[in-house]
Amino acid sequence: MSKMTIVEPKASPSREKYDQLKKFIVENKDKRGYLIPALYKAQELFKYLPPEVMEFIAQEMNLSESEVFGVATFYSYFKTNPIGRHTITVCMGTACYVRGAQKILDELEKKLGIKEGETTEDMRFTLGCQPCFGSCGMAPVIMIDNHVHGRLTTNMLDAILEQYK
Amino acid sequence: MKNLEELKIMRDKAQKDLALRSGKHNIKIVIGMGTCGIAAGARETMNEFLNLILKSERNDIVVTASGCFGFCVQEPMVHIYAEDQIPVTYHNVDVEAARLIFDEHVLNNKVVEQYIFQRGKTNE
Amino acid sequence: MNNIRTQLLICQGTSCVSNGAVEVVKAFKAALKEAKLDKEVEIITTGCMGICELGPVMVVYPDGVFYQRVTPEDTREIVQEHLLKGRVVQRLFYKKPDTGELISIMEEIDFFKLQKTIARRNCGIIDVNAIDDYIGADGFVALGKVLTEMTPQEVIEEIKKSGLRGRGGAGFPTGLKWEFAAKAPGKQKYVLCNADEGDPGAFMDRSMLEGDSYSVLEAMMIAGYAIGANQGYIYVRAEYPLAIKRLEIAIAEMRKYELLGKNILNTGFDFDVEIRIGAGAFVCGEETALIHSIEGKRGEPRPRPPFPANKGLFGLPTVLNNVETLANIPYIILHGAENFASMGTEKSKGTKVFALAGDVTNTGLIEVPIGITLREIVYNIGGGIPNNKKLRAVQIGGPSGGCIPEEHLDARIDYESLKELGAIMGSGGLVVMDEDTCMVDIARYFMNFIQDESCGKCTPCREGTRIMLDMLTKICQGKGKMEDLDVLEELAVRIQDTSLCALGQTAPNPILTTLRYFRDEYIEHIRDKKCRAGVCKSLLKFEINPEKCTGCTVCAIKCPVKAISGEKKKPHKIDQNICIKCGVCYDACRFNAIKSH
Ligand SMILES: Cc1cc2nc3c(=O)[nH]c(=O)nc-3n(C[C@H](O)[C@H](O)[C@H](O)COP(=O)(O)O)c2cc1C
Repeated sequence: MSKMTIVEPKASPSREKYDQLKKFIVENKDKRGYLIPALYKAQELFKYLPPEVMEFIAQEMNLSESEVFGVATFYSYFKTNPIGRHTITVCMGTACYVRGAQKILDELEKKLGIKEGETTEDMRFTLGCQPCFGSCGMAPVIMIDNHVHGRLTTNMLDAILEQYK
Repeated sequence: MKNLEELKIMRDKAQKDLALRSGKHNIKIVIGMGTCGIAAGARETMNEFLNLILKSERNDIVVTASGCFGFCVQEPMVHIYAEDQIPVTYHNVDVEAARLIFDEHVLNNKVVEQYIFQRGKTNE
Repeated sequence: MNNIRTQLLICQGTSCVSNGAVEVVKAFKAALKEAKLDKEVEIITTGCMGICELGPVMVVYPDGVFYQRVTPEDTREIVQEHLLKGRVVQRLFYKKPDTGELISIMEEIDFFKLQKTIARRNCGIIDVNAIDDYIGADGFVALGKVLTEMTPQEVIEEIKKSGLRGRGGAGFPTGLKWEFAAKAPGKQKYVLCNADEGDPGAFMDRSMLEGDSYSVLEAMMIAGYAIGANQGYIYVRAEYPLAIKRLEIAIAEMRKYELLGKNILNTGFDFDVEIRIGAGAFVCGEETALIHSIEGKRGEPRPRPPFPANKGLFGLPTVLNNVETLANIPYIILHGAENFASMGTEKSKGTKVFALAGDVTNTGLIEVPIGITLREIVYNIGGGIPNNKKLRAVQIGGPSGGCIPEEHLDARIDYESLKELGAIMGSGGLVVMDEDTCMVDIARYFMNFIQDESCGKCTPCREGTRIMLDMLTKICQGKGKMEDLDVLEELAVRIQDTSLCALGQTAPNPILTTLRYFRDEYIEHIRDKKCRAGVCKSLLKFEINPEKCTGCTVCAIKCPVKAISGEKKKPHKIDQNICIKCGVCYDACRFNAIKSH
């Protein structure tokens, strides 16, 4: 285990998160190739990956910061900017596209007043796209947090968004 | 699970649970479960058949419910469908009769004359 | 042992779950209790039954009665009527799309009747979380057989003889791949399962992991025995939370039964599996990229050779197989190579699972013998195109595949004949497209996808796809030139020849097939500035039909650029110089008075 100093976090709730992250890294230190699972854990704890957290991981795992940054930015799942309380993902798979996903995205952008990849000012929603999440049978679909809403029409969007405060 | 023998024993046990879903059954016991059938004790009859199947350790016998057969005074009524045989309908099948029909007809292929209502196709 | 007379098989695949299947299970539990049937009627939560369009779906056994679009409100009626009184609930039956005929028995529905399930043999039948159910369905018997009766070489021979080819896209013979890894020198070797399933339009791997993860895990162990590996990794994409959860349960159950770990079934064979979760990069489905990702690096591909069979994970000999490929393995061991090889065509044996989606009546998953025609799939199993529309094309094989037009629907689907048509088998995504689809826009869609997912490591793929995308976008905007078509073709061939991995090498396929079969549509876009499907907005012209317009003013109020004018109760007009073609008026008009063309 490395004995380096921990990047000192300011508030105590985040302190706890750093402790949990550290615990995860220590528990899995013998497994090979564990950087990506560690980034997962970090994003689960912090909701996104701020630079301090990536520096912390680099220190704890004895990796260079550039390696951690390089990996984190390669994968679209890892977010380096804060995200809203709810994440809306519009499926842009072929089946959804053929059945009108673009219209759904356009409508959501209009309703929320943001573009794909952005977050509403009140931090309620982050809007994104994904190539496909395999719910093609119900195209077009969107996923909000971990919940899939299928067979969508633009008229249904208001009622769905209402469910997420 | 220590070895292949144990695995095979487990498999044979678990197969029973899957037999119901296989669509391959040799004998089907259909019990009339309309309102009057239930009032006349069809549920008890059904439970008895289920117990008998369990005891017999046979995987190929199933029990299902059907609607009212339309002869309320004769309830509970039971059809026995066995592969390659004429279906038989029994009437007034109480728990006692169920045991007899199971032992004689279901397991040994002998029709129980005493409870017989009709042979051949029913209009179920 | 309990006294069960009836089993309710309720699909818990992702599609059915998002349509409320979990609530349906809860409601059934309550309704059964209320009717005092909970001791004699059992609920089995199964994996995907395949017919996602109709979800939530369920089957009542032993009757075999199939119910569709079941809601929690329906459960009481099913319990009180069907289970208690034996009266089936007709209003929840499947309705034949063409005749309206009601069909009660699952096997009699065309969608199921024409299938042949090998890889999906347990999906929709066994309880997803119950290892006992899998064991009852001959689970781990194949593993037991290879461990006690066969040498690793015999296992490899059997798989070779079966003719099984990789279902992940490339179609490489599985037995041969195992042989290479078995022969590679080295003590430590690995078995990897590719469950990254990045092709848009494909979801068979997900459903197999959700519905029968044990088969895949058992197959990984058989592969491990064959090549001499005792560690496996299964790489699942993050977008499949349910599949990951079920895999975790399956692995825990197998550990409990000592079917993972040391000295399995007292044969001296050790094996363990770890799940690794992908992080949203399509290219990670490529084998060398996937290996880099498991190693904790950026998921970029590298040139081959050396192939993973010699130099794979952590530089050691590795076998990598797709989920569906693996799901076939226990069947082949149990039923023999000949049995498997009796299905399919001369060079492509067995069955293939296809994800049927898009403009088709029955969307969902199907497993059919290789060699079936596209027409049979789309019309007989899929139930044809809804809303009386005409078929424009079938897209097969995802972003590396191609669009096949109506006139080739009778071609037999196998690895070779699809290649001749310019498409590929790929992972088996089949997206049906009706006449409202613009084929130029579809080519642009795929190029946009590829351009986004290109990892950037090699120049032809990174730059070439960008240039092609720009050209296609221009054509869709009506700014294309006729010469563009030649340039596109030229570029396509160059990118195919010079890209580092198959992502780039196959990226031009959607362009090449659309140019081959739908060239007239490209020409219409360029020369006539016309999109016949009405998809490319810049080429649209919105007009008001004065005979239908009632002058209700709704469109004029909604138009964001005030391009519509007219007096109340008199026909309105759209000023084409101001119109931005947003389509708001079209959607707003209640009298069908606005035409777009
Ligand atoms: C860009 C790209 C993406 C791929 N994605 C997948 C995938 O999602 N799943 C998969 O099984 N194979 C995928 N492959 C194919 C794999 O590289 C590999 O051939 C396959 O997993 C081998 O398994 P098989 O022989 O069982 O088919 C992809 C290939 C490329 C080039």
